Amino acid sequence: MAARAGMAVEGQKNSTSAGDSRSGVTGLGTVPRDRQGEDSTGETRMIMKPMIEIRKLGLKYGEKVALEDISLDIPKQQITAFIGPSGCGKSTLLRCLNRLNDLIDGVTITGTIRIAGVDINDPQVEIPELRKRIGMVFQKSNPFPKAIYENVAYGPRIQGVSGRSDLDGIVEKSLRAAALWDEVHDRLHESALSLSGGQQQRLCIARALAVEPEVLLMDEPCSALDPIATAKIEELMADLKSQYTIVIVTHNMQQAARVSDYTAFLYLGALIEYDVTKQLFVKPSKKQTEDYITGRFG
Amino acid sequence: MRRFWKSGDPFIWLTGGALAASILMVAGLVTLVLVNGLGFFWPSPIVRLILTDGKKVMGQVTEREKIPQPGAPPGTPDRYRIQLKVGNRDLYGADFVWVDDANVARRDFPPEAVLIERREWGNLYGFIKEVRDGDRVIAKGPEEGWRTLQADLPGATATFREIRRIETKEIGAINYAQEQIRLKIKKLGLRGQTGGPEVARLQQEMEVWKARFPELEARIAGLRRSSRETLVVSAIGENEKELPLAQIVSAYRPNAMGLWAKSGLYVSKIWEFVAGEPRESNTEGGVFPAIFGTIMMVMIMSLVVTPFGVLAAFYLREYAKQGPFVSAVRIAVNNLAGVPSIVFGVFGVGFFIYFVGGGIDRLFYPEALPTPTFGTGGILWASVTLALLTVPVVIVATEEGLAAIPGGMREASLALGATKFETTWRVVLPAVMPSILTGLILAMARAAGEVAPLMITGVVKLAPTLPIDGYWPFLHLERKFMHLGFHIYDVGFQSPNVDAARPMVFTTALLLLLIVLVLNLAAILLRNRLRKTYAYSVF
Repeated sequence: MAARAGMAVEGQKNSTSAGDSRSGVTGLGTVPRDRQGEDSTGETRMIMKPMIEIRKLGLKYGEKVALEDISLDIPKQQITAFIGPSGCGKSTLLRCLNRLNDLIDGVTITGTIRIAGVDINDPQVEIPELRKRIGMVFQKSNPFPKAIYENVAYGPRIQGVSGRSDLDGIVEKSLRAAALWDEVHDRLHESALSLSGGQQQRLCIARALAVEPEVLLMDEPCSALDPIATAKIEELMADLKSQYTIVIVTHNMQQAARVSDYTAFLYLGALIEYDVTKQLFVKPSKKQTEDYITGRFG
Repeated sequence: MRRFWKSGDPFIWLTGGALAASILMVAGLVTLVLVNGLGFFWPSPIVRLILTDGKKVMGQVTEREKIPQPGAPPGTPDRYRIQLKVGNRDLYGADFVWVDDANVARRDFPPEAVLIERREWGNLYGFIKEVRDGDRVIAKGPEEGWRTLQADLPGATATFREIRRIETKEIGAINYAQEQIRLKIKKLGLRGQTGGPEVARLQQEMEVWKARFPELEARIAGLRRSSRETLVVSAIGENEKELPLAQIVSAYRPNAMGLWAKSGLYVSKIWEFVAGEPRESNTEGGVFPAIFGTIMMVMIMSLVVTPFGVLAAFYLREYAKQGPFVSAVRIAVNNLAGVPSIVFGVFGVGFFIYFVGGGIDRLFYPEALPTPTFGTGGILWASVTLALLTVPVVIVATEEGLAAIPGGMREASLALGATKFETTWRVVLPAVMPSILTGLILAMARAAGEVAPLMITGVVKLAPTLPIDGYWPFLHLERKFMHLGFHIYDVGFQSPNVDAARPMVFTTALLLLLIVLVLNLAAILLRNRLRKTYAYSVF
């Protein structure tokens, strides 16, 4: 155990010392090396093929640096959490992954992000096409002011699905996947705004799932919910893990510890530490990480 | 005292007081209009006054006021005078007389006194003397005469209507067809074709139409001969008036009527006002053409202003890069709302009528020149001018609505793979619909009440035809039209007979208020329905 931990720290050093991760022997960026060859076949596959590869990512709002030299690999079909104090850039990093930062004027992005091997900042990439593959759930639940059914059917309709039975199937499947079907199946045509906060957030998850993404980005999905609703969402995330690569931003460290497989700690726009969640929380390799998770600042 | 100020109570009183003052003023205005407007239709009794000098006057009391006595010592008893509508303008010269209360020796309400509304010369007050058919007297005296009048008036009215129908509809159709042929011939002439088979064919067609005139004229003459009955009325002052039955709009004896009969008459007079054509330079009859013109103008204006304003607001808020230039545009748009409306009217005349309309005439209606078709005021240009006037309202309301939509809603749509356009069309537009309707409500209210720019862009005192009729293309956007707001101005300030016209001012104002209310209510109902569907997330 101790040896493995040491190796993890080693790997982490690679990632944080600027740029060398790219030329790293594994070519796998910052995926913790110690996991390589572990008994779980899923993990092996993950290491063979990270879903998202971020290399030397930098982002500026005008002159203000928001992210600097971030490199990390996000494994497939695992839950990866970004933690850090407010304003550390974790949401910004998340929004880079579906290019939602493009909406903001004056943003400049450097470095590369590859999702399933494709450079998403390539001008050839069709942004709507990309966003269909990268679903997102927001901090504030934001259902459309339409019927529950219409909310879920929105994405498929945009993609041109119009058959009533096709849509019915997608809506049911997505709502079931979001563990909401049993609660709403008899009132699908009521306004989505009649749902409770937790239900609205699960509806947003169902809406994101309806377009069958490969990656699900969650930007503090539980920050406005009560503990019971939060527990439901967390349970849901564990279920979804088998099919989706999930990236979650949270400033609730307990949540990160509970749900995620990997955790990245960001501070002031830089990636401080990235490791297996247990490792990072039990034995962080950086003083800053330790200070943060023990509550000394942040 | 300090604590009293700090408690916030004075502020509550202040706000409540401001609201109360506003309500009082609005209520006062509406009450004034209601009382004056609705009272006009009530058949008030005909009073006969015998004055101290032995003279008699008869009519309906319209007003009673204190006679000003400047310089009189305090304690002098107040003196009053009454205004009497005596009618019989052709006999007396004026419809109204003032009588001092002090000069009235006796008053009575003769039950057989009759009030006759005529198509010309206003009301006639008097007693029926006899009914004649040509030179033959067929009924004598007030009672028999009244019964005969009641029996024969519908027939005479029907004949009159038939004559009017032939004159306007059938002869109008001939005139219209002839005008069309004349324009066709002229159009051919403009192309250098002054002879040839086509021109000959058109000329022949023209002759066919012309040949139908004498037949219609003969029919009219026949109808005129068939209704020869006349009514002889003796008025106060030993005057007699003989008038054809066809000249009578309605006749009634208010002093002999019960409450029910009066109520029925009241309703029928309101109906005549709403659905009838104006008479006697707009001081009598109805205002239907003005109602029609007002509503149609507001609708055309809405059709123009909504897409324009909404698109502009969408560009400003959704697409334009926010910066000093966009801010400047926004300020300019807001200030546009403060430009005097007559300036818009002048712009409408200069740009829409002379430039655009003149251009359309040269391109599409050269055969009608020098008579302008679109190059003169018309309902289209008035509507477009008002659309320009009200476009800031729609832009501001839509922009506010767009700003109020949570950004998360747009992001949610974009994150699902929708393009910017799909997001705008499917998410933003439905959500901003209530705000658009709010803007439209304000715009409609403003447009319905606007008069100044209309006076120079197409409103007339009396429009011979409605902008919609049975001739192709049915909707005649180039036509001049009547408008309730202008009608109020015209009747109230341009009328030759101000006293007679005054009640019309109030009734027309009331009607305009009602129309604005109805249009607004319709839009508000629609908006509330949309709000129910498209309420924003409050979570």
